Amino acid sequence: MSRLVVASIGPASSVQDGGRLGAQRYGLTVSGAMDRLSLAAANTLLGNEPFAASVEIGPFGAAFTARDGAVRVAISGAPRNADIAGNPVAMDTSVTVKDGETLTLGFARGGAFTYLAIEGAIKGEPVFGSLAVNARAGLGSPYSRPLQAGDEFSVDAASGAGELRIELPKPMSGPIRVVLGPQDDEFDDANKALFLGSEWKISATSDRMGYRLEGPAIKHLHGHNIVSDGTVNGSIQVPGNGSPIALMMDRGTSGGYPKIATVITADVGRLAQTSAGTAFRFRAVSMAEAQDEARKFAQLIRNLPDRLRSADSVALNIEALSDANVAGYAVSAMDAGTWQVTAEP
Amino acid sequence: MAATLPPPRLLPSGDSAVTVEFSRTIDDDANQRVLALDKALAANPIDGITETVPTYRSLLVHYDPGKIGFDALGDKLLPIAIQPPPPVTKARRWRVPVAYGGEHGIDLEDVAKALNTTPDDIVARHAGGDYKVAMIGFTPGWSYLSGLDKSLHMSRRQNPRLLTPAGTISIGGVQAGIQCLAAPSGWHLLGRTPVRTYQLHRNPTFLTEPGDRVTFFPIDHKTFEELDRAAEAGEIVAEQVDA
Repeated sequence: MSRLVVASIGPASSVQDGGRLGAQRYGLTVSGAMDRLSLAAANTLLGNEPFAASVEIGPFGAAFTARDGAVRVAISGAPRNADIAGNPVAMDTSVTVKDGETLTLGFARGGAFTYLAIEGAIKGEPVFGSLAVNARAGLGSPYSRPLQAGDEFSVDAASGAGELRIELPKPMSGPIRVVLGPQDDEFDDANKALFLGSEWKISATSDRMGYRLEGPAIKHLHGHNIVSDGTVNGSIQVPGNGSPIALMMDRGTSGGYPKIATVITADVGRLAQTSAGTAFRFRAVSMAEAQDEARKFAQLIRNLPDRLRSADSVALNIEALSDANVAGYAVSAMDAGTWQVTAEP
Repeated sequence: MAATLPPPRLLPSGDSAVTVEFSRTIDDDANQRVLALDKALAANPIDGITETVPTYRSLLVHYDPGKIGFDALGDKLLPIAIQPPPPVTKARRWRVPVAYGGEHGIDLEDVAKALNTTPDDIVARHAGGDYKVAMIGFTPGWSYLSGLDKSLHMSRRQNPRLLTPAGTISIGGVQAGIQCLAAPSGWHLLGRTPVRTYQLHRNPTFLTEPGDRVTFFPIDHKTFEELDRAAEAGEIVAEQVDA
């Protein structure tokens, strides 16, 4: 066994996986990764199950040191500078941290959460089938709280497998898509239009439980008390002050404010990765479109292994670039299309 | 053939869950139908349903849209949901100790003022109630109670508090509640109980079940401290009696 020691880490960083399903009927919070696609990409790079337990790193920097042997890891999610002893490490790649070396990650340059997966996954004692940290409920393993400097993970020794990169589809941009309901009839047409037509920003007081949205006040038709009912990831509830809250992974399993709309499954991670203060909009889609997108999203995650490439291919291309330019071809490293020329024998 | 009941509303909760709503208000009959549908789905599972969450007036059904679509699921749920629920079996009752007011119930005086009465009167009305656990939700063990005295119905706070203490006993709208863990809340805080409705390494982990009956009795703040220590050590400090 090797150890991976947390040399430094910022707030809002914790062990997360696919979440704690099956006991929402007792109020057991689901938790799990805020951006499931990035969690799955990092794990896939190492041959782990897509939703295996990994480190979810919040917007600030972090550093991890390998002890008692090498540790193979992979990073995906919010982009940031990363290096081992000054040698850059690219996002969406695996890398082996040798014994005594430190992988240093800068702050998120966009988005909020980056996932550090570990070959063989983080080990711990699952509670209700999950290691995911829910600090409020005192749940999670091996630490039932956000990570701190000095924490460490007992992990598999690095396999020595060749390093990989994963080619993810270009991140979607544009409005966050929602399905109206379940309580859209608690709002009149003007207020629904205000919700869908306005620009929103995520408040700095947001956390893994909910993203508070700053924008116009949304008024209820019959007041803000409804009888508490069930919530899902992405439920957008409107409390009495009219400022909507998008419920995220540490959400309560039920809530008593009217829910005007629900973020579609395929876009929950995208909302999670929207930085505080960044303006965005919502767009309503049909149930048919939302379910079609949910199926495509599940398929994308299932088929992530098809997107793995040898990490060496990048290095080879740099040599090819040098050779080609020496030979007199005008080849740009920034334009993937031109590689087709040099790839020919 | 038994007569069927009016069908519930099927409200979309995103692309992977549907709220099967039997009533818009707190209604014991609706709650019985919720619990009956929940039981029926546990006994005869529909392929694609991943989890169900009973609440006061609706059953939230989580499902995998890769296995079943919204319309197809609705077609399967409705015939089950219109069946009359079986009669209620005998329930157990919990007597729950509460330290009212002061630091443990910071809204007690404001609630009394808003309702033009005294804090003692609010305590008497709250503790004198006969409640039923209608659902458990929001955070682990948070037991939502029906049966709150009508004179105590009042709107929730306009601005929810970001953190309220573990064990909070509170009221919100027409509901009463036992909160287990520290959590945000927009309810009015009347007191605190040392009872843990959820405790991870205790058997049972979850103390209350939907359908249980609940009454409260006042304790002083010193007794609270004693019972709180016992509860922390894993003791169940609520009294269980036959309903």
